[in-house]
Amino acid sequence: MNKFEINNLDLYYGNFHALKNINMHIKPNTVTAFIGPSGCGKSTFLRTLNRMNDLVEGCRITGEVLMDGKNVYHNTDVNLLRKNVGMVFQKPNPFPMSVYNNIAYGPRTHGITKKAQLDEIVEKSLRDAAIWDEVKDRLHKSAMGLSGGQQQRLCIARALAVKPQVLLMDEPTSALDPISTAKVEDLVMELKKDYTIVMVTHNMQQAMRASDETAFFLLGEMIEKAPTGKLFSMPQDKRCEDYITGRFG
Amino acid sequence: MNHKKEIAAKYIFMFFALASILAVALISIFIFAGGMPALKEIGIIEFVFGTKWKPTAATPYYGIASMIVGSLLITLGAVVIGVPVGIFSAVFISNFCPDRLYKVINPAVNLLAGIPSVIYGFFGIVIIVPFVRNVFGGNGNSILAASILLGIMILPTVVSVSQSALRAVPSHYYEGALALGATKEQAVFKVVLPAAKSGVLAGVILGIGRSIGETMAVQMVAGNQPRITFDMTKGIRTMTTNIVLEMAEAADLHRSALIATGALLFLFILMINSLFFVLKRRMNSEH
Repeated sequence: MNKFEINNLDLYYGNFHALKNINMHIKPNTVTAFIGPSGCGKSTFLRTLNRMNDLVEGCRITGEVLMDGKNVYHNTDVNLLRKNVGMVFQKPNPFPMSVYNNIAYGPRTHGITKKAQLDEIVEKSLRDAAIWDEVKDRLHKSAMGLSGGQQQRLCIARALAVKPQVLLMDEPTSALDPISTAKVEDLVMELKKDYTIVMVTHNMQQAMRASDETAFFLLGEMIEKAPTGKLFSMPQDKRCEDYITGRFG
Repeated sequence: MNHKKEIAAKYIFMFFALASILAVALISIFIFAGGMPALKEIGIIEFVFGTKWKPTAATPYYGIASMIVGSLLITLGAVVIGVPVGIFSAVFISNFCPDRLYKVINPAVNLLAGIPSVIYGFFGIVIIVPFVRNVFGGNGNSILAASILLGIMILPTVVSVSQSALRAVPSHYYEGALALGATKEQAVFKVVLPAAKSGVLAGVILGIGRSIGETMAVQMVAGNQPRITFDMTKGIRTMTTNIVLEMAEAADLHRSALIATGALLFLFILMINSLFFVLKRRMNSEH
């Protein structure tokens, strides 16, 4: 069974037709990468999966987004959806509070108050995000003092702390140096055992290294989606081939 | 020629820029020099901690402890009443207010800052004093009446400073909280507001400064008895009202003692303002 099934999805910002008739299936426990030039709609599409586009005024959506067979735009508790579909942003955005409180924020929000339980969640999340060893001695210091790469893995840990099923990553390494990028990519491959991961990336090498499936977007349309190896070696669409061979973008 | 003009312009501007510094310096010198004779003759300890203020008695007493207590009590009351209201207003205005309502609320809050304090005083006499008298007893002219009035008067300060601090919180904190499944209220109160806390605190401090320095409105509703009391329904005198009530008839040591009261008030304000600047700097370095 597919984790997500997207059928005939159109999205408008006011009069601007930002996503055009998107159809896609996303399998559980895979990493799906979205590539395409800036402004092609890949981030917008990512944000339809946890309804973050709801925040944008004048945004209108038609079609359906089924998660485990249930339409997330119909009779859904948005907060529960976002708990189940975690998100990591392009720019690391730890809250201006301690490392511990950053991780504990989500669980506390969802009603967990016992210290022992929170301690356990914090440690597990930080371990799963491969950052525990680096922060275990400074759990109660501000997260703002961490490096950019550490902040991003902290944000991943924070997303994991609410036990999501899906992790959306919006260009998670575009603000990071190569070493931090490699760590995040390793982490992504590790995490797909337990989570379904969808990531937007500007970096085609990253899509090749870290993803199982890749979808190519252009001007609001999804042009082609295929297993990553196949898409990069034998793209079916001319535009996709031009993009991945560097002829534009 | 041009070069000379530029130099001239530079010094002219510098002179005007220095004017405000000069004013502060002159005021400081005047107030500390004017208060010095009283402090010397009465003694600082006796002046600050003395509980009796009887400047015109046969054996005069010049202790302003009761006025210090009065200023602090009324300010504390104003903070307790005004700060929660102010912070909630700021949160509403910056995060929940529909645009159309914002266009009404924001000017209204700013207008509140522009109302002369004597008008607030009238409002206090006509509305707040009878309210305190009817509900809590006493004659109405009281610590409580002054606190309520000042609580209203510090609102614009608290609201506008807190509001700009809240607006300065980057939206990615808010989005980050929502992406974890938090509701709007949880995101605003547990992430955005804490992120703005230095700025909000700066607003509160500025409100305290405004409150401790307010004279006219307080004088009209506080009763002005120079005594120490912690009964909120009783009248009390503040440092500011002490000066304004007696300055006209005071001479010699009495006059100097009033100026010294002003000096102490000035010290309070200096401390409050330094605290404000520290917090403001911290706020600017946080994001």
